[in-house]
Amino acid sequence: MRIALFITCVNDLAFPATGIAVTRILRRLGHTVEFPTEQTCCGQMHANTGYRAEAMPMVRNYVDVFDSYDAIVAPSGSCTAMIRDQYPSLHPPATSVAARTYELSELLVDVLGVTDVGAEFRETVTYHPTCHGLRLLRLGDRPLTLLRQVRGIKLVELGDAEECCGFGGTFALKNPDVSTAMLTDKCARVRDTGARVLAAADNSCLAHIGGGLDRHRSGVRAVHYAEILAETGATS
Amino acid sequence: MNPPVAPATGGGRIRTPLPFPTAAKPAVADTQLRANLHRATRTIRAKRARVVDEVPDWEALRDAGSAIKADVQRRLPELLEQFEASATAAGATVHWARDAAEACRIVVALTRAAGADEVVKVKSMATQEIELNEALEAAGIAAYETDLAELIVQLGDDTPSHILVPAIHYNRAQIREIFQRRMADAPADLSDEPAALAEAARAHLRRRFLSARVAVSGANFAVADTGTLVVVESEGNGRMCLTLPETLISVVGVEKLLPTFTDLEVFLQLLPRSSTGERMNPYTSMWTGVTPGDGPQDVHIVLVDNGRSAVLADPVGRPALSCIRCSACLNVCPVYERAGGHAYGSVYPGPIGAILSPQLTGVADNASLPYASTLCGACYDVCPVKINIPEILVHLRQQAPHPPVERATMRVLSWVMRSPRRWAAALRLARAGAGPLGAYRERRTGARTLRRLPWPASAWTRSRDLPLPASQTFREWWGKQ
Repeated sequence: MRIALFITCVNDLAFPATGIAVTRILRRLGHTVEFPTEQTCCGQMHANTGYRAEAMPMVRNYVDVFDSYDAIVAPSGSCTAMIRDQYPSLHPPATSVAARTYELSELLVDVLGVTDVGAEFRETVTYHPTCHGLRLLRLGDRPLTLLRQVRGIKLVELGDAEECCGFGGTFALKNPDVSTAMLTDKCARVRDTGARVLAAADNSCLAHIGGGLDRHRSGVRAVHYAEILAETGATS
Repeated sequence: MNPPVAPATGGGRIRTPLPFPTAAKPAVADTQLRANLHRATRTIRAKRARVVDEVPDWEALRDAGSAIKADVQRRLPELLEQFEASATAAGATVHWARDAAEACRIVVALTRAAGADEVVKVKSMATQEIELNEALEAAGIAAYETDLAELIVQLGDDTPSHILVPAIHYNRAQIREIFQRRMADAPADLSDEPAALAEAARAHLRRRFLSARVAVSGANFAVADTGTLVVVESEGNGRMCLTLPETLISVVGVEKLLPTFTDLEVFLQLLPRSSTGERMNPYTSMWTGVTPGDGPQDVHIVLVDNGRSAVLADPVGRPALSCIRCSACLNVCPVYERAGGHAYGSVYPGPIGAILSPQLTGVADNASLPYASTLCGACYDVCPVKINIPEILVHLRQQAPHPPVERATMRVLSWVMRSPRRWAAALRLARAGAGPLGAYRERRTGARTLRRLPWPASAWTRSRDLPLPASQTFREWWGKQ
């Protein structure tokens, strides 16, 4: 099976560790992962902010770059949701490649049939299910299923977990007061858990919650769950 | 053949006087309001979840509700004519109003013709939408709200902030204060116990019911094959208004139609569980024209368009007309919970308001509302008629006038990101450009983040640190493999 990594624009620029983690996990499981360098962005920010026409070239580029692969994995619930939920209606030729695009936990659990990726991570972790993974992709407990198999991890439940953190892409900039109010509550629930690590499937949401946690010097680290799954406890 | 004419947009209380972010700012800062909303929305949310979970065929009911409403929208003109014929045959008089102003003129004229200078009102979104109370007052006719929450709002010289619970922004101490200040016959020792407040309102309203000659209502459903109107309420005040006065005037949005009486089977299951979290609705009143010697003998129905034909004309936005005003989407919305209903500037707040108000007025008149959402999708999950609210929000954002700076930024980004070569160069440039700053911040603070930036980035950094580009991009790491 030819697996391609769609890193997403935000991860490429600001969170390369997540892409490195995905690569390591898949290689450890014996798979070859390719990274077509012609990839750019899924176009979600443009489409969801009201610039669908400006998103279309990125949509077409995605099809050109990824259509030849058997499976495309993206370490982002919301970029995967953009592709699977919106591409078929925006650009019908994208229907097939959209259906072959998976969020990491879907690829691991549903396509590769793996729940134990051989990870070890000795920390107390709480997991925030991000909105598009939860309600558009219906990831359910796939990411948690993977995290539960991690050696040494202590998972603690997040209160009001399914409530949005207030990021919403350009919402955070257009509605800073409401966004901040939502963020404050999310950070409070995270801190209620006593966890030292907050994990989620989207670095954009994590940049928002993590940015709020850092602002208050909370001492809680926000990481993509792929980075936990990549840890083996061995010093690298 | 005449060329097609664009349907008219609506008037009334459906426009935001202030952009949503501006109106939300004081609401978010109002600690009493935040506490009231937090408590109330979470209580109803939990109640709804309990009674929905116990229905084994809830998803099938949602599909049925959605399908019936889609059918109504496909053949609305035909069903409206069928409804008019059925209601007329049963003794009602049907009036047609193009917009809010015309609907108000009709109600004023009918009230005057009945020789009345006051009306009692059943809780109704349509009459709030067309600002009927204001129109009646201007014509010298007093309108008395009889729903407890609507009465509170009216006595407080306020406007409703929730579809189902218009006074959700008040707590019981505030309600007691309003009653003592504005209700002349309130007991001097009125407590803030809910039962005492309800009893005071009950005594106050009883006199109105007995003396009123004209009642004004809306309707939850209008049944085309029988000409029946249906009002679903919890308090019994509606039943009083619908049975005691001689004249009954019902203001009904044209989207309220159902094809057949049996379709009510679906909606009378969906509505109470979604709205109040009750298994069955307490007072369901149905009437079909005039019943000689029983109830109102002078029955009028005002069918209102007020922008609905414009909504109908848009196949993507059209499902907004399926809304049965249950409020489930408001109660789960994290934005509504923090901003409250008044921030939406329309009688229709929350997620449904964010898609309905801009469509009724034209998006340019309510341009901030499609953006008053994180697209988290909680609203779509609870909608009893499966309105895909996030999809319609995104659709309306395409029509919204865009700020010039934002438009320019988006176009440049699109130009860069459409080309793999330009995007790779931009990544290199951003990484290299931010490199020294990132290294400096890392040395000084231990993190590659910024804490304070000038406008417009200040909208982010006011409450969150901002990550800088990493010291190597992912593709640079990959290239070194």
